[in-house]
Amino acid sequence: MPDHVARVAGLRKTFQVPDGPFRKREVTAVDNVDFTLERGETVGLVGESGSGKSTVGRLLLGLLPPTGGEIVVLGRDIAALPARQMRSLRRDIQIVFQNPHTSLHPRMSLGRAMAEPLLIQGGFSRSEIRRRISTMIDIIGLPEIFLGRYPHELSGGQKQRLCIARALMLNPKILVLDEPTSALDVSVQAQILEFLRSLRAEFGLTYLFISHNLAVVQAMCSRILVMYRGQIVESGETRQILTDPQHAYTRRLLSATLEPTPDARLPVLLDSG
Amino acid sequence: MTASGHIEPSSKSLLSIDRLSVNFHTFEGKVSVLDEISLAIASGESVGIVGETGCGKSVLAKSVLGLLPSRTARYAGGGILWKGENLLRAPQRRLRRIRGAEIGMVFQDPMTFLDPLYTAGSYLLEAIVHRDEVNGRTSASHDRRGEAIALLGRLGLADPERIFDSYPGQLSGGMRQRILIAAAIVGRPRLLIADEPTTALDVTVQAQILHMISDLLTGDEMSLMLISHDLGVIASMCQRIVVMYAGTIVESGSKAAVLANPVHPYTRGLINAVPRLGYPQRTIKGIPGQIPNLLKPPQGCRFAARCALADSRCRTEAPTLERRGVSHEVACFHAEHADA
Repeated sequence: MPDHVARVAGLRKTFQVPDGPFRKREVTAVDNVDFTLERGETVGLVGESGSGKSTVGRLLLGLLPPTGGEIVVLGRDIAALPARQMRSLRRDIQIVFQNPHTSLHPRMSLGRAMAEPLLIQGGFSRSEIRRRISTMIDIIGLPEIFLGRYPHELSGGQKQRLCIARALMLNPKILVLDEPTSALDVSVQAQILEFLRSLRAEFGLTYLFISHNLAVVQAMCSRILVMYRGQIVESGETRQILTDPQHAYTRRLLSATLEPTPDARLPVLLDSG
Repeated sequence: MTASGHIEPSSKSLLSIDRLSVNFHTFEGKVSVLDEISLAIASGESVGIVGETGCGKSVLAKSVLGLLPSRTARYAGGGILWKGENLLRAPQRRLRRIRGAEIGMVFQDPMTFLDPLYTAGSYLLEAIVHRDEVNGRTSASHDRRGEAIALLGRLGLADPERIFDSYPGQLSGGMRQRILIAAAIVGRPRLLIADEPTTALDVTVQAQILHMISDLLTGDEMSLMLISHDLGVIASMCQRIVVMYAGTIVESGSKAAVLANPVHPYTRGLINAVPRLGYPQRTIKGIPGQIPNLLKPPQGCRFAARCALADSRCRTEAPTLERRGVSHEVACFHAEHADA
């Protein structure tokens, strides 16, 4: 097997949406998408809202069934997997969502939230669960006394670190990060990005990093896939895409990115194509 | 405590906020949300207010128009002068006249500010009727419709007639924000307060909205108070930048002064935390720690707990804004370190 940890080919996903009281309309959210994730790399998936980038992330985890195409994760075609094996696959691929304020159960203590993935998978002794939790709370930089606390007692950054910790409890190989810092303040975002970089090295993780922010993607990713209206319109090395964008949408995205410089001006408006 | 560092409200000032303090009274106690905020906006000027969650920037915006929740919010001192008139003492009837007619406001989330059962046009009509009421005029209904459609056209919307008759659910986020901006400027206000107007939108749409606001400023000689957590947005739109942290202004000055020579450790931290495009890549650094609990605001500088320069004086005494240059003020005892 080559060093692919995941490979997606001809991926398609359509949704039936209501169009008037008795009619339905088909929307193609993901259209003929191909890409691979190599072991240890971080691939950025960028695009505007509604471009299908989050749907791709969900398809990769098997949270949504694809309409067509192939998704091979760690050598297993997940479209063909029965539910039981799907669950065991989740040990290898996990997701962190955008908004940590809404993705934690408000009445579940930190310790319980961290134990949950292990309990669902089963086969872990109490002492093993305790050991993993105490290692992980250390990694996310919270004191052990926090294990009895509840999400509302944490700051936004601490909550997102907790969400990352939950995703890492099963020692996955691949982490899908769906806009992991968009709901956070910039000073906290920088801490989370730094944290994700150190985890990547420590655990040998592969990231699919979904974001609408090109500067954040540049800080994290070696390769970028640009999605527009369900299709990947451009892909390549980060540097190449950011310095020499080929597709009109990528150019528009780049020219609309604002930076805090003393000579900053309004962005140049490029024609939408 | 002296007021020596404050920018004096000059005769040119349209809006001048003078040592405004606001507390929220909650179940847990009194929260000091704004602490002696002073700020002036001159006619035709664009001022950006930047800060992170909980710094009080939205409360500041709402306090100007008397839109704070009356059950919990208490003005604890200071004043808000609108063309010399103290808005804190103004009766509701007067505030209603000022809202929309003299000061327009746009909020963050275009998805939730429009009632799904009313057409986009009805919002504009409501604003026009309100304006006419305030001015003691009446207008014919077809004139109002014509004016609304003309305004949409002027804002660069293609097919304004169709948009006029559309319901919010039929419009994109960017389109809805344009409707809200249109409704805010119907009365030709002298000042537009925009609270995170593009935060919920894609960057390409953001660019269009910012252009639209910018065109209005030059066309109508309107002043702008732009509130955002995004330094990039502020830098692209504003001549002057005010940096807020935990209910206080820590630094303010011209765009060039604040972004090229930031002095306050918080401003520096904020600028260093923003990832930027370009090679070679800068390393971004977060600011350790968290914002203080404003139920028990720290005695000294509110940033001291997260500051690398903080000493015992910072923890006991609150620094006030001191002038550092023609248009630059900083509230930090260690401002001299910035020169080293």
